[in-house]
Parts: sequence; structure tokens; C-alpha cells
Amino acid sequence: MSEEQKDTPPTDTQPGMSKELDAKVKKYLRGDGINLEVVKDKKLKGQLAVREELYGKSASVAANAEKWLLPSEGGYLEAEGIEKTWKIRQEAITQDVGISSQKNQFDIVLQDLGPYTIDFTPSGRYMAAAGRKGHLALLDMNSLNLIREMQVRETVRDICFLHNEMFFAAAQKKYPYIYNRDGIELHCLKEHGAVLKMQFLRNHFLLSTINKLGQLHYQDVTTGLMVNNYRTGMGRTDVMQVNPYNGVVALGHSGGTVTMWKPTHTSPLIKMLCHHGPVSALAFHPNGHLMATAGTERRIKLWDLRKFDVVQTLHGHASTLEFSQKGLLATSSGSRVEILGNFSNPNKYKRYMSHSMAKGYRIKKVLFRPYEDVLGIGHSMGWSSIIIPGSGEPNFDTWVANPFETAKQRREKEVRSLLDKLPPETIMLNPSKIGTVRPFSKKEKPSKKERESEMEAAIADVKDAPMKKKTKGRSKPSKVANKKQEGIVRAKRPFLDEQMKEEEAIAKKKQKLAEEAELPKSLQRFARKQAT
Amino acid sequence: MKVKVISRSADEFTRERSKDLQKVFHNFDPSLRPQEKAVEYVRAVNAAKLDKIFARPFVGAMEGHIDAVSSMAKNPNRLKGIFSGSMDGDIRLWDIASRRTVCQFPGHQGAVRGLTVSTDGQVLVSCGTDCTVRLWNVPKATGSESNGSSENSSKPLAVYVWKNAFWGVDHQWDGELFATAGAQLDVWNHNRSNPINSFEWGSDTVNSVRFNPGEPNLLATSGSDRSITLYDLRMSTPTRKIIMRTKTNAISWNPMEPMNFTAANEDCNCYSYDARKLQEAKCVHKDHVSAVMDIDYSPTGREFVTGSYDRTVRIFKYNGGHSREIYHTKRMQRVFCVKFSCDATYVLSGSDDTNLRLWKANASEQLGVVLPRERRKHEYHEAVKNRYKHLPEVKRIDRHRHLPKAVYKASVLRRTMNDAERRKEERRKAHSAPGTSTSEPLRKRRIIAEME
Repeated sequence: MSEEQKDTPPTDTQPGMSKELDAKVKKYLRGDGINLEVVKDKKLKGQLAVREELYGKSASVAANAEKWLLPSEGGYLEAEGIEKTWKIRQEAITQDVGISSQKNQFDIVLQDLGPYTIDFTPSGRYMAAAGRKGHLALLDMNSLNLIREMQVRETVRDICFLHNEMFFAAAQKKYPYIYNRDGIELHCLKEHGAVLKMQFLRNHFLLSTINKLGQLHYQDVTTGLMVNNYRTGMGRTDVMQVNPYNGVVALGHSGGTVTMWKPTHTSPLIKMLCHHGPVSALAFHPNGHLMATAGTERRIKLWDLRKFDVVQTLHGHASTLEFSQKGLLATSSGSRVEILGNFSNPNKYKRYMSHSMAKGYRIKKVLFRPYEDVLGIGHSMGWSSIIIPGSGEPNFDTWVANPFETAKQRREKEVRSLLDKLPPETIMLNPSKIGTVRPFSKKEKPSKKERESEMEAAIADVKDAPMKKKTKGRSKPSKVANKKQEGIVRAKRPFLDEQMKEEEAIAKKKQKLAEEAELPKSLQRFARKQAT
Repeated sequence: MKVKVISRSADEFTRERSKDLQKVFHNFDPSLRPQEKAVEYVRAVNAAKLDKIFARPFVGAMEGHIDAVSSMAKNPNRLKGIFSGSMDGDIRLWDIASRRTVCQFPGHQGAVRGLTVSTDGQVLVSCGTDCTVRLWNVPKATGSESNGSSENSSKPLAVYVWKNAFWGVDHQWDGELFATAGAQLDVWNHNRSNPINSFEWGSDTVNSVRFNPGEPNLLATSGSDRSITLYDLRMSTPTRKIIMRTKTNAISWNPMEPMNFTAANEDCNCYSYDARKLQEAKCVHKDHVSAVMDIDYSPTGREFVTGSYDRTVRIFKYNGGHSREIYHTKRMQRVFCVKFSCDATYVLSGSDDTNLRLWKANASEQLGVVLPRERRKHEYHEAVKNRYKHLPEVKRIDRHRHLPKAVYKASVLRRTMNDAERRKEERRKAHSAPGTSTSEPLRKRRIIAEME
């Protein structure tokens, strides 16, 4: 009698490790299971139980795969003794890391072509840099090769990759242009106008831009269709970010408000007052729940987007904000970059690292390179790259983003992602609502207290309003008093009307019920007619 | 300080030689895949559309008969052959792969009403309106199917003449007896020229007969007195009978759940019964617009196919109230017999226009050798479509079938008639004293009586 060989990985005997595994399993379950007790239908209950079991199994398999099968490990930086991590300088790190990582630290000095913005492809392999005076460059970061550079001889305000490194868009002086990887100008997008900031929504293939007049445009880059354009109505702004979790575009305005937009809705989904002064920078955490905003009043606030509540307020200037794949927050002001991390407590961001560049360098953009522990900095004298251990996701998925992509794989991926292109209607604040049943919502009536308070507020407004003093004997005290009374009655009327309507409805219902109880069913239709 | 940075060496992540496969790395973290539900929904819509694009169910027609096909039989031991009998007495054995006649069995003078094959697959039993039961030798599989050009004809093994015309025949799934339906139910043995046993309940003809796949001594018949009768061969009298409002044309037992059978009725519905509990039907399958002529279960027991007088063939789920698939052609006239192939992939229909037609059971299935990647892709499409099939866009695409105009009009008419009937019933209930009128479910309503 021989026992079967089971192909499962060895189970952990240590309780600590199993707790870790539980946390991982929870991540892969993507939410809570359903409560099977309330389901009365036996057939449905059986089917749901089978399904829940399958989910559990697949989540535990994925957790085990994550534990044992992932090829790379993440980076970290630990200070020893009295050392503080934010005092550690880049030169000190260079000495301790391997040669292949040392080449990730560099400074490219191009002083006459204006402050540079940068953008990375989703795999982190290619970088596009644009200087304000018209210098566009495309680089391969694996080999640090310059693929293409050109001078467009116009102001370039922003640069953005489309779905892969073959296409990028540059926001030039009058309109944005789309270029090929070889530098060939493919399209001139005239409808967008003078664009300040551009963002590409990857799953939807939508290029969203905000221009000098405060207009937001959404264009589908596969068909060229302009999905929609909106006048934000809040003036000129160049703070724009897309939330990668749900595809919602957020704009920060000079009044301190942050508005969130989706292409199928003319008014903003959310309007929140974040700062007392203008919003200077905005960033989204990749999990979609955390948003960082910076205002000119020297505050950086971290918001929880599920409750729209402030989680943390930090002091400091920030002209740019950016989250990394692992949740590190990079802020920059002037020539200094500060990295904040939430290692010990997920709700509190503390100083992790900092880097100051030579005096006179004004940092325009910071961007973390995906799948690498690298921060790209675009500044007034060119661009640089520094090492931030622990910022990148160490394990990439070949079917999502592959830094070692061949041309054939890139072409296949393009076709597959086009087949999976999401329609613009799928952009919503909570993307997991798709496929769920819309709950039956009853119209909420304001409670009695609320109504009374509203009425009193209206009356108080009228009472306090100053009465105009009329001459020639027309402002006698009795007349003034009458007029005031009239004003109060007018203010009260809508509330009283509502009350009366409700009372009538209740009375009718009562009558109906009473009548229904008295008369047999076949005569009820006549009873109702008699009442009216 | 301790520092570690992500560093990847290119040779670990790229292939060495060009004949190696590309390396694939997985990270199942959901945070790397934003909006995965929306992506799945888009894939479900695309899967539903692809299904419709690849839905080509008609494989081919087998021509040769010169009169309507009245009965079919499948050989339980062989997959590729099917027997068919026509109204002019012509019986043929077809090779389904080449769609040609392998062998002919001439001899019957009138319509061939029933065909069945013995358990070992060697003997074909046929019965007809010329009051004879004929037994034939089934030709061997080797050689004869490869040369499709020569059509052999064989002589009958035995001819038994009896007193009255026969309406149906069925062989035990695991035994030596076969039963014929005529003026009464007769049970025969291969070697005897007279039936060894005869059952009768009432004076009406027995229209069809079917043996139970699980219990070799149990069989069900349907009679022209609108009844379904269950017999046990070990007892001398029939066991149970239910009388319905309309006649049952055919019965088929579920091979995976042998206590359940489904009856194809004249009132355009099929009724599934549990043989132990005949007071009410387990399920009513409604979708045909004219009498259902024949019914056959898939060997999986999960679906059955029905052919009806309204020129359509429908496939139902074993517990579903409505059909999952409908097949029709302009050239196919009244369908008299249907069979599900023994590997649950094909459906055969024999109809009034003298042709046997071969259809796929799953209209968009890819036949032939399916590579593992293709199979996984098909399974993924199926699964993602099922996950979102309740959403309106996917449901609309999935449910859409083109109906012939006559069938569409007839179904609309039936629906208005049913609605009117239901409304009147509700008003009758509303206007009568509460508690006096009770509504019976359709499963019970169509049964008049149950007798022992």
C-alpha cells in the first residue's frame, strides 16, 4: 500500500508564515465572500458554494505562487545605528550597489533647452524627454541608447507616450502633435487647442488633455474620434492626473478645488475643496484609494478616496507629487526631492529619502520608473535619475508589461490590448460595480428636523434683511411691519405646501386602505372613483 | 546601512537561442491589473459575438431515400453508423463520416415504423405497417465502410409475421428481448417467431415504446388514449399509467438519471417525469409551436434534442424550460425523427423531405483535433461569457436566433393566446370569493388522471 505523492508545496509549520500567507490570500480574493446563510434558494446556494470554493482555491494557489515562484525580490534601504535613511546620500548608495544598478544614476546636462518633462512607457524601458524650448528625445533605458531626438522649434509643454513606445504625443505651442518612434509627425490634433497637460488612459486608449482655456478633451487614439470635450468652467490649470485604478481624470484648480471627470458626464463627478490656496500638484496611489494633493500654502494632504477624508497632513512645499508602484511618495520643490514612505504604518507617511540637486536647478517633474528602483527627475538643466531602493515592483507579469519585450511580442500585445479596449462608459468611480445589480434606491425625504431648520433659516434670512427707508411718508412703521410679515409668509409658503401635500397623500392612503378593507375586491375600482 | 536595489540580468529574462521558447513570467497581483472587471466584460461581449460568428451548425445532409424518413436507430457499439427507415419500406445503413449509404435492407412492404439494434450491435430489428418484424444482420465494420461506392444489400435473418401493424420497436439496453408497439405491447425474443409476452391496458393502440437504460425490465409506452404507461416485465400486468390531455408521440429515458423520462407531446411541449412520482411533471419544456414528433437524450444526460412538426429541431437542457438552440433550414420539412449521436457532438434529424441531416450539438464548436491552446481559449471564452451572461448586452447577443417567419408568427400568436388565458384566469380569481379558486401549476394541469 503506497501513499499517493501529492504535488502541493510544503505547508508551513510556523504560525507567522501562515499569517503572511493569509494576508496574501486575502489580497487575491479581491474582497469578501458572500454570506451564504441568507440565500434561501437551495440550487443557487449550492452553485454559489461551489464557486466560492473555487475562488478560495485559486486565491491560495496564487498566494503560494507569489511566495515561492517569483523570480526577483524587492529593494530596501535600512539604516543602521543612529543613521537616518533620509540623510543617506546617493553617492553613499552608489558604493554599495552593483555595477548594473550604478548606471541607473546619472545626470544629463542640457542647459539651454529649457526645463524638461519626462515620461516612461508602462514597462519602464523607454523614456521620452521634452525640453520646453522644443527638444524631444526618445531613449531606451536598458541600453541607455538615444533612439531619436528632434527639435520642433516650438514651445513644448508636455510629452506623453501612447500605448507603447511606437507613438508619443507632444503638447506644442498651438496644438498637440503625435509622432512616431522614428520622429515622423503622424497627426496634428487641432481640436485640442494649446494644451498644457496630457494624460493617456491606457485601458481605454483615450488621450485626455487640458488646454489654456480650461477645456478638457478626450480623444480615442485608435479611431480618432473625439469622445467629448468639456469646459471645466474653473479657469486655467495645469495640474492634471489620471487615477490608474478607475480611469478618472482629476484636475487641481486655482481655488483649491480638485475636480474629477469622466468622458460621459458633462459636470465633474466629484468636486472637493482641498486647500486654502491653489492646488500645485496632485498624485494618485496605484491602488486607487489614496490621493496626495499639495497646495501653495505649504501643505501636503493625503486623502482617502473612499470616504473623501484627509488621512494625513504634512508640512512642506511641493511643486510636483508622484507615487511609485510600491506606494512611495516623491515630492519636489525648487532643487530638492523628498521621498516619503509608509513602511511602518500604512496610514502615515514619513521621510524616507531625500536628494538635493545643485543650486539653481529647478525641478519640473519627478516620475518613478516602473519595475525599477529608479526616480527620473526632469529639471531646468536637463534630466537626472537617482536610485530609490524599494520603490519599484520587482516582479513584472509578461502579459501586462514586459521590459524585455521583443518586436513580435510588442505587436501581439498591441493587438490583444486593442481587442480588450474598454469603451469610455466603463470609467466610473468604483470600477468593481460592473456586473453588479443596481440596488433599488428609494428617494430620500428630508427628515422633519431638517425641514424645520430649513424653514427657520429661510425666515431668519427674511427677518434680517434690511428694509429700504422710503421718503415722503411711505415708510410708516405699520406699513414696514406688514411688509415684513408678507416676506415671512412668502418664505414659509413652499415648506407649508410640501407639508400639506404629504398630509393629503397620507390621508388618501388611509382612506384607500380603509375602503379596501370594507368593500369586496370587484367593487373597489368603483370606490376609488367615488372618493375623487 | 543595508541597501538592495532591484537588478535584473538580461540573460535571466530573455531566451538564449532563437529556437528556445520565450520566457514568460507571471505576477498575479490584482494591483497590476486595473479595471479587470471592465476588461472581462468587454471580453464577454466579444466572446458572445465570436460565438455567433462561428455558429455554423449544419454539417451535411444524407440523401438517398425516396420517401419520408420515418424512423432512425443508432448502433450502441459503433459511432459512425446510423440506420434509417423510410415510409416506403427502405432501410439503409449510413456512414456518417462520408454521408453515404453503406448497406441497404430491402424487404418491408409498407412504412418502416420502428428500428432498433440489439445490445451487441449485430442484429437490426425493424417493424412496420405490413405487420412484420424483420431481423437483419448488421454488416461488419471493417472494409465495408471504406469502399463507399458499393452498396450492399442483405437478406433478412428472420421475418416474423403477426396480426396487426406495428408502430414502434425498442430493444433492451442490456438483454435479449425487444418490445414492439402495435395494438398491444408485445415482448419478443430473437429466436421465437411469436411474442413471449403481451401486455394490454385499455383497447387503444400503443404508439411508442422505450426500455429503461438502467433497469432492463422496465419500459415506458405511450398510447393513442393520451396515456403514458409503465411496465415491468417481471410482473404480468402493467404497473402505472397516467392520462394526459393530449397524446404523447415519443418518450426518451435519461441515460444518466434512469428514473427520469421525457415525453414529447402533441401540445407542443415536452414533459419530464420522475417515474416514481407521476402525479406531476418535473419540468415542462416549452418552445415548439407545433406537435413534437420525436425526442432523444444526449449520452451525457444533460441535454435532449427534439424534432417537431413545425420543421425545427430544438436542443433543450434537461432541466431547462426553454430551448438553448434551434436548427432549421428552408429545405427541411416536417421532422419525424431525431437522434443524438453517441459522443454527444452531433444531432441527426430525419424529415419529410427524404433527407437525414447532420448538425453539430454545439453550433460554434470547433471540430477535429483541437490544440491545447485552442481548447483553453474556447474554455476561457465560455467561462467569461457565462460570468456576464446576465448583463443586457451579452444576453441580447447570446439569445438571438433567427426564426423562420412561420415559426415566429406562430410563437407570437401562442404568446398572445397564453397571455389572454392567464389574464382571464386572474380576473376570474379576483372576482370570485377568496379561497374558492385554486390555480394548478402547468406541470399538473396537463395530467388528467393517474392509475395503477
